[in-house]
Amino acid sequence: MSSTSYESVRKPPPALGVSKASSARVAKVLYGAGEASRSGIWVGIFAITMSFAAFTSALFVRQGSSADWAHIALPAILYGNTLALLLSSATLQRARRAILAVAATESHAVRQGLGWLMATLALGFVFIGGQYQAWRQLAAQGLYLATNPNSSFYYVLTAMHGLHVLAGIAALVFVMSRFASRHAALRRSTFEATATYWHFMGVLWLYVLLVLRTKL
Amino acid sequence: MEEASDQQAHVHPPPEGFLRKYVFSLDHKVIGKQYYALGLLAVCIGMALSWLMRFHLVWPTTRIPGLELLSKAGAPGGIITPEYYLSLLTMHGTLMVFFVLTNAPFAAFGNYFLPIQIGAEDMAFPRFNMMSFWTTLVAFLVLILAFIIPDGPPISGWTSYAPLSAVGKDAGPGMGWGMNLWAISIAIFCIGSLLGALNFIATTLDLRAKGMTLMRMPICTWAWFITSCIALLAFAVLLPACILLLLDRAAGTSFFIPSGLVVSDRLQAHSGGSPLLWQHLFWFFGHPEVYIAILPSMGIVSHILINSMRKPLLSARVIIYSMMSIGFLSWMVWGHHMFVSGMNPFSSLLFSFPTLTITIPATIMTLIWLGSLYGANIRINAASLFALGFISMFVSGGVSGFFLAQPSIDIVLHATYFVVGHFHMVMGVASLFGVFAGTYFWFSKMTGRMMNQTLGQLHFWLTFIGTYCIFMPFHYLGLVGNVRRYSSFVDDFMGPLMPLHKFITIAALGTGAAQLIFIFNLIYSRYKGVPAPENPWNGTTLEWSIPSPPPWNNFGGKHPIIYHDPYQYDVKGLKGDYIMQDSPEPSAG
Repeated sequence: MSSTSYESVRKPPPALGVSKASSARVAKVLYGAGEASRSGIWVGIFAITMSFAAFTSALFVRQGSSADWAHIALPAILYGNTLALLLSSATLQRARRAILAVAATESHAVRQGLGWLMATLALGFVFIGGQYQAWRQLAAQGLYLATNPNSSFYYVLTAMHGLHVLAGIAALVFVMSRFASRHAALRRSTFEATATYWHFMGVLWLYVLLVLRTKL
Repeated sequence: MEEASDQQAHVHPPPEGFLRKYVFSLDHKVIGKQYYALGLLAVCIGMALSWLMRFHLVWPTTRIPGLELLSKAGAPGGIITPEYYLSLLTMHGTLMVFFVLTNAPFAAFGNYFLPIQIGAEDMAFPRFNMMSFWTTLVAFLVLILAFIIPDGPPISGWTSYAPLSAVGKDAGPGMGWGMNLWAISIAIFCIGSLLGALNFIATTLDLRAKGMTLMRMPICTWAWFITSCIALLAFAVLLPACILLLLDRAAGTSFFIPSGLVVSDRLQAHSGGSPLLWQHLFWFFGHPEVYIAILPSMGIVSHILINSMRKPLLSARVIIYSMMSIGFLSWMVWGHHMFVSGMNPFSSLLFSFPTLTITIPATIMTLIWLGSLYGANIRINAASLFALGFISMFVSGGVSGFFLAQPSIDIVLHATYFVVGHFHMVMGVASLFGVFAGTYFWFSKMTGRMMNQTLGQLHFWLTFIGTYCIFMPFHYLGLVGNVRRYSSFVDDFMGPLMPLHKFITIAALGTGAAQLIFIFNLIYSRYKGVPAPENPWNGTTLEWSIPSPPPWNNFGGKHPIIYHDPYQYDVKGLKGDYIMQDSPEPSAG
């Protein structure tokens, strides 16, 4: 009836590190379907970058255009937090390597990957806790959201970044629960997208720190 | 291995149960229809608000029965107060720009047809897609809530200029919780739009069928793709702006409120903020938003014109490149909304230049449409009429843009009806003509029934003549200095203009009534229309290769292979003067 012709089955992309002999569970975990999340996460990162660019330009305009800007001294704990977040990227890379390696077909490697993911998650919580501590230190100095424009931007930028890190923590928990589960499948691209996003959180934090330190 | 490839072939399983099928659906087609319905609801409310405003302008002392039920304080005895006029105006603008012009041509048709036109089963992230609609619906409800609360809707216009929008209820009725609701609604809307734009981009990049190269995508797919790139960046800027605005209002920060500001005899407890900062952030979003509204309609109109002319455009590629350059330039022109804001006059010059430059790709597109129409034996139907009407509106409304782009002329025309006429024609009506054209063209695919042609053509002529009668005189009013946003005019130099205002009001009521034909046609044809074949317009693109309406997974679980450029018309094909994109027959070059 119709001259339409179809390709009956689309060829699946090669699944890295999965051999025929691998256990069904790991094959499910690692299968490389749904490549869209890879570009999806980069598009998302682009949008987040744009948002922070808007905040930054607002900060510079506000700082440059008024006399009431009073520079606040950044709490020292921020540098410890920075270290924790950067370390969490390293542990995540270790988890990635363990999970994506051919050896991941063996259960001890799966456990090892999970362990590194656990460490990443813990460092993420250390970062969030540290950021909260920094807020409390500023509040103890009498520097609140509305005290002066610099403290306003400090709270806004750290809160916005913190919210995005919390989203990353939620993604990590999701990935870990899927990975640990015997029945649920996890797309490899979902895992990779989560990793990319988490690394981006570190990069974004370095940027935010730089902006907050900049004095016009 | 079996499981995995199975997972890939079906993005999601067939929906079961009423809720999954029609309400919380993951199907891009249902979500597209939901967006369409939301846009239709919003346009009806927005149009009713404009009637109230037009009525009050020319009969300021005549009672509007029942209006005091909507707002006792805003319309005591059924007569609109000047403040309530501003509330109506704010809600009209917000509803129309966000919930109609962004939703209907982009989110509604884009959701429905972009995956089909690239040969995909669904969007890349169906759950995000569902979330983006429901987020948008929440934004709509939050905005509408402003009508119900005692404070009433805000009065600061759809642009919500600071510091008026930032200081709180001292700024007038509706500027307490009404304004809060506005800012919250728009922030939520931004999140919904960002999710949608992300989905459109990832889908276009990753889910194209075999053989569907980027340059083989139909022009409207390109338009939706470019629009989603713009939307991704634009709403990512409006969201921070709304957050800062809400903080100024609720948390006592001073991002936008300057020192020593006295509003309603009260010194505002803020210092050092920059009202211009809001304008910069807002218009950095606001101008690209204009292209978010118009680009999808440009794509839809090109798509329909080619089909109706039965021959390709002079150059589809140049249309695509023009849309890209419009998308690119749209980021450099926001300052032309701020020529009288007190911004450095040198910046005005700097913004004027790219504004005039952006008319070049727009003109190129218009010339391609007109040049392709020359000598074409065009099929006249409701869809092609609205496509032609789009070109007419776009040109008529666009020409006044040349004047407004010059700072020296804009100083005179700024905040007059000239500007109102300009953007209503080029952005509002033109974009809606694209939506009407799309509706008459694709209704058969979306519902499985043809729309009534007689009613459709009647609707076109009444709307076409009516909108010219409304918006052309706006330009004359503006030229003689009739300012916008005034709720009534005392008998001064504007007295002689009242007959023209009356004419506009009557035209607006009449044109509005003509839209009832469209709504009747939608409902009537949905149930009683002639059943539609698979390809009623002898189209070449993929949406015409599947049944009307399409099954839940679009291509019945198979994956089409693309052999041709999208518009193989005026050729000797197996079925007539066209070759479909997925037909393996050789192109008769």
